[in-house]
Amino acid sequence: MENTAPLMSLKKVNMYFKKPGSVLKDSNIHVLRDIDLDIYPGEIVALVGESGCGKTTLGKIITGLYRPTKGDIFFNGENVSGLFNKKINSFNQVQFIQQDGYAALNPVRTIYQSLYAPIKTHNKKLKKAEIDKKIDELMNLVGLIPAEQFLIKYPHQLSGGQRQRILMARAISLEPKLIVADEPVSMIDVSLRLSLLNLMKDLNKKLNMSFVYISHDLSTTRYIAESGRVVVMYLGEIIETGKIGDVIANPRHPYTRALIQAVPIPDPDYKANEDLPLKSMELGNIEHRHIGCGFCNRCPYFEDICTQKVNYVHTETSDVLCNNLNKVPTGAVYKTYNK
Amino acid sequence: MVINMNKENIVEFRDVSIAYPLKKFTLQAVTNASLPLKKGMITALVGESGSGKTTLASSLIQCISEPGKVVGGDIVFNDNGNEIFINKLKDKELRKFRWEKVSMVFQAAQSALNPVMKVKDHFIETMNQHGMKKVTMEEKEAKIKKLLNFVKLDVDRVMDSYPHELSGGMKQRVMIAFALLLDPEVIILDEPTTALDVITQYFIFTLLKKINKEMGISMLLMTHDISVVAKFADYVAVMYGGRIMEYGDVHYIFKNRYHPYTRGLIGATPSILGSTKDIEAIEGNPPNLLDLPKGCIFNPRCKYCQKICQEQEPESLSIDNMSKGKCHFYKEI
Ligand SMILES: Nc1ncnc2c1ncn2[C@@H]1O[C@H](COP(=O)(O)OP(=O)(O)OP(=O)(O)O)[C@@H](O)[C@H]1O
Ligand SMILES: Nc1ncnc2c1ncn2[C@@H]1O[C@H](COP(=O)(O)OP(=O)(O)OP(=O)(O)O)[C@@H](O)[C@H]1O
Ligand SMILES: [Mg+2]
Ligand SMILES: [Mg+2]
Repeated sequence: MENTAPLMSLKKVNMYFKKPGSVLKDSNIHVLRDIDLDIYPGEIVALVGESGCGKTTLGKIITGLYRPTKGDIFFNGENVSGLFNKKINSFNQVQFIQQDGYAALNPVRTIYQSLYAPIKTHNKKLKKAEIDKKIDELMNLVGLIPAEQFLIKYPHQLSGGQRQRILMARAISLEPKLIVADEPVSMIDVSLRLSLLNLMKDLNKKLNMSFVYISHDLSTTRYIAESGRVVVMYLGEIIETGKIGDVIANPRHPYTRALIQAVPIPDPDYKANEDLPLKSMELGNIEHRHIGCGFCNRCPYFEDICTQKVNYVHTETSDVLCNNLNKVPTGAVYKTYNK
Repeated sequence: MVINMNKENIVEFRDVSIAYPLKKFTLQAVTNASLPLKKGMITALVGESGSGKTTLASSLIQCISEPGKVVGGDIVFNDNGNEIFINKLKDKELRKFRWEKVSMVFQAAQSALNPVMKVKDHFIETMNQHGMKKVTMEEKEAKIKKLLNFVKLDVDRVMDSYPHELSGGMKQRVMIAFALLLDPEVIILDEPTTALDVITQYFIFTLLKKINKEMGISMLLMTHDISVVAKFADYVAVMYGGRIMEYGDVHYIFKNRYHPYTRGLIGATPSILGSTKDIEAIEGNPPNLLDLPKGCIFNPRCKYCQKICQEQEPESLSIDNMSKGKCHFYKEI
């Protein structure tokens, strides 16, 4: 991977939001901090992290929906930071599948209209019959069969998972170079979830399409991104990144260890280790983030230095933002699974 | 026919059918579904996307999405021994019933909030509508803070935020807090944690379980996350094509997997443990509700299908006998 040029590169990207109810500039919330991220052609990157840590914001920056407050973005080697939105989106090279499937579809358009319009705009020469055929194929791909039954409906007449699949169909209909999918299958049953993720995998192979896959479901992520990369975020920073299999088998950052230990196991008789390696049941607070390591107040391996600064460490399996790796246990977090 | 309610049940869906009459056709999303919700327990409703879970659950507060209607059966609430037939309530009674007795965290939680209202105003408005106009603003705010704190939100910022200023999971947590506002007896949770990381999800379920035990609140949980069901639910109902296929306590369901559909569903669940090879998606597609197969509606996808399965639909579960399973060869395969 290293010898090909990245499709997209983020350099020291920062994002601030206005604090609700405040007009003071210095009370802005610092949501993304110095994000450096390269996405290679044909790569699958799984983005995970605590609720509210900035994943959707990052996804929107990658797809040009937000412009970062600071930092540079390169697409195919060209600095597109200033003109990002126009340049990328007009070619439909990057598509975003929204987390909130309910808001993403126009409520007064039928599903057919919502799928037809972007294909037509993207490719003016196509005839109606050709587009119809394409729509039919797409509906088949995402498992909405028979297509006619769904195409005449309005978004509110579909179930949660059916709507998510429409969004997926719409994103792939334009054959972009990169799709950022924000929780694309969260409301879909496991069986279908696997086939949709396999579909993503196929497109990834066939069309060399890159995916950034934002998800909380690490168990499923493992299946699609077996060879892919995982990026773990905490309070606006990337705290660990490595091959997904490696990181699950041997998480190095204390937050990643807690996260993987908290993944529920599909067996009611499995006695999990209930005590997560965390100091308390509090969550991270992005507004009152600690100086130094953002995780220090919850970290069981904390030392005084952590409140001052923290650096990335390159380990055999991943890059980790932590001062105390020699204190953090290594290896799998799970007790052996005996049934 | 008078059926007296089982005292252990807080809610009984009795033989409920729900249809969506559309212009060109009528879609029957739920067919003869019976399901008890046991008092103080968490009942999970699982099944494929489009199998009718949201439709069935929303009939409990008569909030079925337009133009859906209950076309058969009854939804009965056990109000301290008195049976309330929810599907026969007048609008006024229903308004009181909703949120005070039964609340719901909608699957669309992320867009259920009014975009031009601050988070706290959602709470205040609902309190005012439910006879709390006289309560002082301080008391109201204290209550809101307690609830938001409970779902692990940064209280001061979130109270004053508009929905678009929150992340997906933050909005979901606001809706969970909202559902607890009027101390209901039953909470319907429709995919409540899809936007939450597993640690936050674990904290929230641990707290929900605590209220569930301490205050005896009953819950109906819909989720595609089979691992969450395994970990937090007491009872499980499995739905397929609008029908309840199987019901039982969580250990019974996971261990035996007597119904072929349940077997497929659990078998397709990836785990963070073990090899990535030994899971299999269920073959075939969800049933076309407008053109259901003859006989058992699962038969085209069933590995154990016999002749009778293609001819005759197995009997539905009934509220008096929930343990039989909708399969000709239940417990035999
Ligand atoms: N438009 C906005 N104005 C102010 N604050 C915002 C805005 N959008 C997001 N935020 C804040 O930025 C932080 C990160 O939000 P983001 O939606 O990126 O989180 P996330 O990682 O996607 O979380 P989740 O997993 O819950 O969806 C949150 O604290 C949120 O409240
Ligand atoms: N307002 C409506 N008008 C017409 N059909 C509808 C309407 N709402 C739902 N349906 C259809 O009814 C069926 C059941 O939908 P429901 O939302 O109950 O499914 P679900 O089991 O909750 O699915 P999911 O897991 O995807 O949320 C689906 O085929 C859906 O398309
Ligand atoms: Mg998000
Ligand atoms: Mg639903």
